[in-house]
Amino acid sequence: MNRLIEISTIAFCWLSAALLLGAIGIIFGYLFIKGFNTVSLMLIFGETPPIEAILFKRPVLEGLFPAILGTLALVVFSVSLAVPIGLSTGIYLAEYAPPRTKRIFNLFFDVLAGIPSIVIGLFGFSLALFLHKHYSKNIQPCLLISSLALAFLVLPYLIRTTQVTLENLPPSTRMTALALGATKLQNILFVLIPKSFSGIISGVILAIGRCAEDTAVIMLTGVVAMAGIPKSLLSKYEALPFYIYYISSQYKDTRELMTGYGASLILLFLCILLFSIAFFLKRQLTYLALYRA
Amino acid sequence: MMRPQEWIAEKVFFLSAIFSVTITLTIFGFMVILGFPLIQKGHALSLLSKPWIPENGFYGIYPMIIGSLAISSLGVAIAFPISLGCASMISVLGPRPLNLIMRKGVELMTGIPTVIYGFVGIFLLVPIVRELFKQGSGLCVLSASLMLALLVSPTMILFFSDSFSQVPQSYLTAIEALGGSKVQKLYHIILPYTRKGLLIGTLLAFGRGLGDTLIALMLAGNAITVPGSLLDSARTLTSHIALVIAADYESLEFKSIFLCGMVLYLFTTLVIVGVRFIGIREDRRKA
Repeated sequence: MNRLIEISTIAFCWLSAALLLGAIGIIFGYLFIKGFNTVSLMLIFGETPPIEAILFKRPVLEGLFPAILGTLALVVFSVSLAVPIGLSTGIYLAEYAPPRTKRIFNLFFDVLAGIPSIVIGLFGFSLALFLHKHYSKNIQPCLLISSLALAFLVLPYLIRTTQVTLENLPPSTRMTALALGATKLQNILFVLIPKSFSGIISGVILAIGRCAEDTAVIMLTGVVAMAGIPKSLLSKYEALPFYIYYISSQYKDTRELMTGYGASLILLFLCILLFSIAFFLKRQLTYLALYRA
Repeated sequence: MMRPQEWIAEKVFFLSAIFSVTITLTIFGFMVILGFPLIQKGHALSLLSKPWIPENGFYGIYPMIIGSLAISSLGVAIAFPISLGCASMISVLGPRPLNLIMRKGVELMTGIPTVIYGFVGIFLLVPIVRELFKQGSGLCVLSASLMLALLVSPTMILFFSDSFSQVPQSYLTAIEALGGSKVQKLYHIILPYTRKGLLIGTLLAFGRGLGDTLIALMLAGNAITVPGSLLDSARTLTSHIALVIAADYESLEFKSIFLCGMVLYLFTTLVIVGVRFIGIREDRRKA
């Protein structure tokens, strides 16, 4: 009897491992087989010569270029909005906050990390409505609003990775400069932050990955299917994940559907690459990365 | 005597922290203020339990709440045994090189965008479900839950195997010395010791499933009815927000999405508070 339980347990574990890896294998294989042939310069630039497209001399009408550029703009703006605030908050929690304050703040940031991205998108949307009504008629859901909302989305990652890596530094590192007469701020800026650099950077990379991947937030805050290259922070824009979503429901012919596969493949590899780098830099990140839907 | 730059730096760090906290509260505040006309008109509680019949002026979000709960609990229920099996493989049973590959593979999975799961779901899973059951379009609770299970399983596996590795080495050595096999180690030491960890991991996965938008939006069919079977179409709170956003801003239909946002916010906050509560009790017990 015991033997039977033993064997069936082992069999079950092997089976579940095979099932999971199999499912992932199928997803990758399927996208690769369907999408591999479409990935080319043609997919990205359409009929326009690549050099002229990159120099913005001629618009790209059929390719993914505007969507890729839109995603890039989103990542750059939202990460540069979120990094200063996230890092300072993390430093405050790790180095300055009294225990009680820290406990309460920790709870808040856990809640912030748990808020579904669509709710943050809805917040961004209502922020745009609010600003439109009370400040300027020019403000509507746009690149700026999306970047702002995405910055709130990735804020908890940056706070947590900064806080955790600072807290995990050994006391000897922490004390040396202080013993030599450095002030608290000097110690933080010249010893503690450089020492926890890899952790902080991996947090930033995770944040970049989240910004590039997220669809729910931008769906509510100004992304559209056809906009061309974003002209200003206040204009509508295209983005890669939204393009994939749009194609899946609105494709007109097989050729358009194939560009969807190509776009999926590009986005998948981009995100996998970013997450692998982040995990390579810092192993203990795992469960921080997983909170969010 | 504190130097001025020290003082300024501390205040800047403090203000950033306050700002981040304010954001957390402001998000909820916006949902409450904008959803207020609807709450005022009907009773908030009755809105949560009423059906959605706009022609009669009923804007209850009950079907969406049930849809959300059904799809995410089903997804977690499918993912739980598989994740437990995989975590046991990684931490206890499997051969070493395979474990490393699996762990890397699961970490890699966390990086897959949800829109990709949705995309592959539509063109690969949905036709299979349609052919298999010969009923409806294949856009149903089952398809969404299956893909959602794939989305939440890395959360569970990584969390489970992390808590497995926190079992004190002396316990493991003791059972090895008694001649216990790996499976006995799993059943008699590791699983009983990590019960709380398993619960926390499952709760986090549930929260994650509840908050996901794209999978349910693309695969569940989005009909506003309470699903009666696995093959029925359903709409989640998250997809409801995504679908109604284009409506007229002054309509009550539009206001209902803020109620959905509020419910989602409260659900996920409850999950987080639950997780912390269990975690704190765990720490006390160990101390």
